[in-house]
Amino acid sequence: MDRSISPRRKPRPTGSPRRDDQPARAQWWSILALAKRIIPCLDVTAGRVVKGTNFIDLRDAGDPVEIARRYDQQGADEVTFLDITASSDQRDIILHVVEACAAQVFIPLTVGGGVRSVADVRRLLNAGADKVSMNTAAVENPELIAEASAKVGNQCIVVAIDAKQQAPGVWQVFTHGGRKNTGIDAIAWARRVQALGAGEILLTSMDRDGTRNGFDLPLTRAVADAVDIPVIASGGVGTLQHLAEGVTEGRADAVLAASIFHFGEFTVRQAKEHLRNQGIEVRL
Amino acid sequence: MIRTTAAGDGEIVVIDYGMGNLRSVWQALQHVAPQRTIRVSAEAAVVAAAERVVFPGQGAMPDCMREIDQRGLRAAIIDAARNKPFLGICIGQQMLFEHSEEGDIAGLSVFPGVVRRFPAERMRDQDGGKLKVPHMGWNEVRQRTDHPLWRGIADGTRFYFVHSYYADPVDAGCVVGTTDYGLPFTSAVARDNIFAIQCHPEKSAAAGLALLANFVAWKP
Repeated sequence: MDRSISPRRKPRPTGSPRRDDQPARAQWWSILALAKRIIPCLDVTAGRVVKGTNFIDLRDAGDPVEIARRYDQQGADEVTFLDITASSDQRDIILHVVEACAAQVFIPLTVGGGVRSVADVRRLLNAGADKVSMNTAAVENPELIAEASAKVGNQCIVVAIDAKQQAPGVWQVFTHGGRKNTGIDAIAWARRVQALGAGEILLTSMDRDGTRNGFDLPLTRAVADAVDIPVIASGGVGTLQHLAEGVTEGRADAVLAASIFHFGEFTVRQAKEHLRNQGIEVRL
Repeated sequence: MIRTTAAGDGEIVVIDYGMGNLRSVWQALQHVAPQRTIRVSAEAAVVAAAERVVFPGQGAMPDCMREIDQRGLRAAIIDAARNKPFLGICIGQQMLFEHSEEGDIAGLSVFPGVVRRFPAERMRDQDGGKLKVPHMGWNEVRQRTDHPLWRGIADGTRFYFVHSYYADPVDAGCVVGTTDYGLPFTSAVARDNIFAIQCHPEKSAAAGLALLANFVAWKP
């Protein structure tokens, strides 16, 4: 018949239906938990992945759609495309990439880079992105967060924060790919973007990005504790243990990495197994 | 996107009321049922003529309800929910209830019950850690009853969620799935020809595609 057999199935409850005023621990089922997410990130320029990947059996190692599909197969929880296309006449190429990806990859897709208006947000969502990430434009015009969130819902709006340490326990927001110091306190900015309607924060340590020395854990923890929306840790991952630390010490809800996955050092599945072995909830 | 169909196969219609991207839902249905006609439509007549109906939703429920009424779709949606295989997704599930705390707005009253916001005072995990809202990511769906749409999907399988409100049905008999997030909440309901789920099957990888394939084949 239609019964799916599973060893985890428990007997159906009897008696009165549950109500919210009953404590969760009194329920008949075990406590379930939201998985911590692992998100591979691809830098894309003019429709091609920067540097490509080391997946030996890919037909086209520079095709973002093919790489996204591979990460989906490995069990990635989401995929992020960061569009770093410099020339404006090639900017629409990302829309075609997103369309092609949405037709083949059935996990959430976040797209960021060069998003400057509500119209840009809409174009990406209509092409098939699930979330759109904004950075410099949000700092220059914070109302953009509120406008976009009101139009498409806060679940679609990710604000990317690039932060650099200025003193112990003090980080400031940088824009323009980390070149310009805004002087804005990163923790205060995180709280503000939440108030404006961001649904999630993508937090990158500019000190750690590219170093492979691990996340800036004090920064990650400070931001994760300051807001009630999910925080994705980014910047500096060189080992699987770094991913685990982002969740445990950094208290991030998700961890983002690029190079450790792209160059075939580790699969997403290996990363998840590493986290699970430390008692972290993952989707495997 | 319109394809020739086998005799007796009517259209699967995804209801479009102007609240954002339905491409993902359409793409996923196309993927699991390439031989079927899947149409995204904002026309009541097309919904009325459909063999089966998918009712998605994203954004805020008050906006969704307003757009539905502006397009004159309310009666067609309620009629479809009474008469044909009907799949509600996310806000498309929430709108089937009587009322939502989001914007203090009335729903379509297909199911008795209300839609509540995750209560701030309950947003703590077992270790006292903060649970974020929106509830975003992959969480487990406990199958509370057997249902044809669960076929081939193991109990406790993770689906992708993104929401800040959840349905709280009056009738426990309609609950077919529950999920824990600070509190146990109803993540799927079903009755007769209706199945409605809070998570996003179109973004839930193999498990979500299996559920959509089950819906396409469902003969309630």
